[in-house]
Formats: sequence, structure tokens, C-alpha cells
Amino acid sequence: MAKRKLEEINAGSMADIAFLLLVFFLVATTMNVDKGITRILPPMPDPNQKANDVKERNVMEIFVSKFDEIMVDKQKIDILNLKDKAKKFILNHGNDVTAPEKEVKEIDLIGKYAVSKGVIALKNDRATTYNMYIMVQNELVRAFREVRDELSIVKFGKDFIELDGEQRAAIARAVPLAISESEPNEEGN
Amino acid sequence: MAVMKKKGEKGTPPISTASLPDIIFMLLFFFMVSTTMKEQELMVKYTLPDATELHKLEKKSLVSYIHFGMPIESLREKFGTAPRIQLNDTYRTPKDILEFIASERDKLSEGDRPAMTVSLKADGEIMMGPITDVKQELRRANALKISYAGVRIEGYGL
Repeated sequence: MAKRKLEEINAGSMADIAFLLLVFFLVATTMNVDKGITRILPPMPDPNQKANDVKERNVMEIFVSKFDEIMVDKQKIDILNLKDKAKKFILNHGNDVTAPEKEVKEIDLIGKYAVSKGVIALKNDRATTYNMYIMVQNELVRAFREVRDELSIVKFGKDFIELDGEQRAAIARAVPLAISESEPNEEGN
Repeated sequence: MAVMKKKGEKGTPPISTASLPDIIFMLLFFFMVSTTMKEQELMVKYTLPDATELHKLEKKSLVSYIHFGMPIESLREKFGTAPRIQLNDTYRTPKDILEFIASERDKLSEGDRPAMTVSLKADGEIMMGPITDVKQELRRANALKISYAGVRIEGYGL
């Protein structure tokens, strides 16, 4: 058979086709990644469960009023001071008798560490704005994050976020994220 | 002019554009891979609250969204301006959340169910009352992993 020379296909328009597709995907793309403050809600309370008594010194009560004022243990406080106040509460450096108790626990990778028994109880009015609520949540999460970071710098020389799974679990045991939200009461308008 | 033209012919040969499609294709593939198609039409408008401690939601398939805000302008005439909850494509009440979570959970495989996250996208101006109702419904539905959607800022009061 006689070999006929194939004519070359003109590929000049290939770029145009590719461009067309490119433009389509450019327009259709939404690049936004969803970000948020991740929290775990408490499960519904068991009706048979009795309220367990918590010592007053172990609780930091935060109430956000309907005028968006923050009250810590019934004293008004500015949002800018909230994080430091919460940090002080968690750490209790001077082993103050009015600040939370500590329990020395043996934790893998860290060794003996005095784990605070403190719990931050957050309460809000039904007329508090969501903005304010998120600000308070944010400051509390930030306080815990900073305490964890400080500990992981001391123990592992890295920030909490850069640790591997086991180290992270160890730090999380040493500094548990103790933020509780009280049950909403019906008449709380 | 004539002199100029002669000079031009002698100069460098034209740049080959043969690799142009390849470059474009490369870009195309990048966008194809990174694209996530918009799944639903938003019927509410919201300005998310500001925060600093935000975490990325890793697996989008595990996330269910609850949108909460004022109806968009074209729907205001019909629905007013009071904040509304949007689940999937319609306005709903907090009572429908139980069913919504159940159907979302059914879509996931058995192993993925504990990792299911609910992203609450709510406007910052909404009162906590309705938000608390939503949270209570989520607790009732046993969907405890929640993410309060926010916008990253550098810090408060700077």
C-alpha cells in the first residue's frame, strides 16, 4: 500500500478551546473555605441525673446580659480583659484559695502535671446579640489555646497546632477545654 | 520604512506559541480540581461575626449547613425582614432541624456519622434567643459537633 502522507492537524485553536473551558471554571469556582469556631455541644441532660455540686472556687461564671455587657462572677468586665482573666483562672499560678483547685496527674509524655479543676460556665440572655456571644466564645477559646501553647512550648518546643497526635492528646489532657454552657431557662427573657 | 522592514526580517524568529495550549491546560486543570460547585441558592443574607480562633472545616462532605439571617431583598416583600432559618432550599423553623439532621445523617456512611459537623452560618445581629433554640434542637438531634462560622480578623479592639 502506498503510504500517503497525513496532513498535520492544525492545533492553533486548541488554545482557544482550552481558554473557553478555563473561563467557564474561573467563573464557576467558589474558592471560599468555610471557617468557624468549632465547639462540642453537651448532650441533652439525663432527667434522672442529679446536679453534681461544684465548689464555687472551681467555677468562673460568665454572664452576657441583654445589653451585651459581660459579667464575670457578677462584676462587669471589658471584652479586652476577658481573655487574661480566663487565663489567670485556668492557670492559678499562686495556688490561690479562691481560684480553682488542681489535681496532680501522671500524663504520658509530660509527666506529673497539676491539672486545673476549673470550669468556665457561660450563660447568656435571650436578647444578647450573636456577635457578642461569638466574641466571648472566641476569647475563651483563645485563652485556652494560649495556655496550651505555652505548655507545649515548654514541653515540646512547638505550638500546640504543630504537635503530632499523641503530644496533642497529652496537652489536651493537661489543659482540658472546660467551657460549659448552662441550660437555657424558659423564663430568661 | 523600507529599511526598517528589512531589518525586521533579519531579526529574531517569532516566538513559538505551540506550548500555549499546554500552559492553559495546566491552569484549566488547577481550576477544575479546586472548583466546588455552588450547591444551593442562598435565600438569606448574613454578615458573619468576627473571630480570631477559627478552624477550617476539613471535609466538606461531612458538613451540613444551617443558614440563619434576613431574607434576601427579592424575597422581603413576601417574607418580611425577620431573621429566618434556611435548610436546603426553603425557609424552615427550628422544629424542622431534627428531621433535617436525620436526613443529612442518612446521606453519610456509617463510619462518617460521628464526624458529622453542623456549620451554623448566622448573622451577627441576630439575638441569642433563636440561636439557642437552634442549638437546643441540635442537641436533641444529637448533632453535637458544631462550628460557628465566622470571618477572620486580627483581634478585637485594635
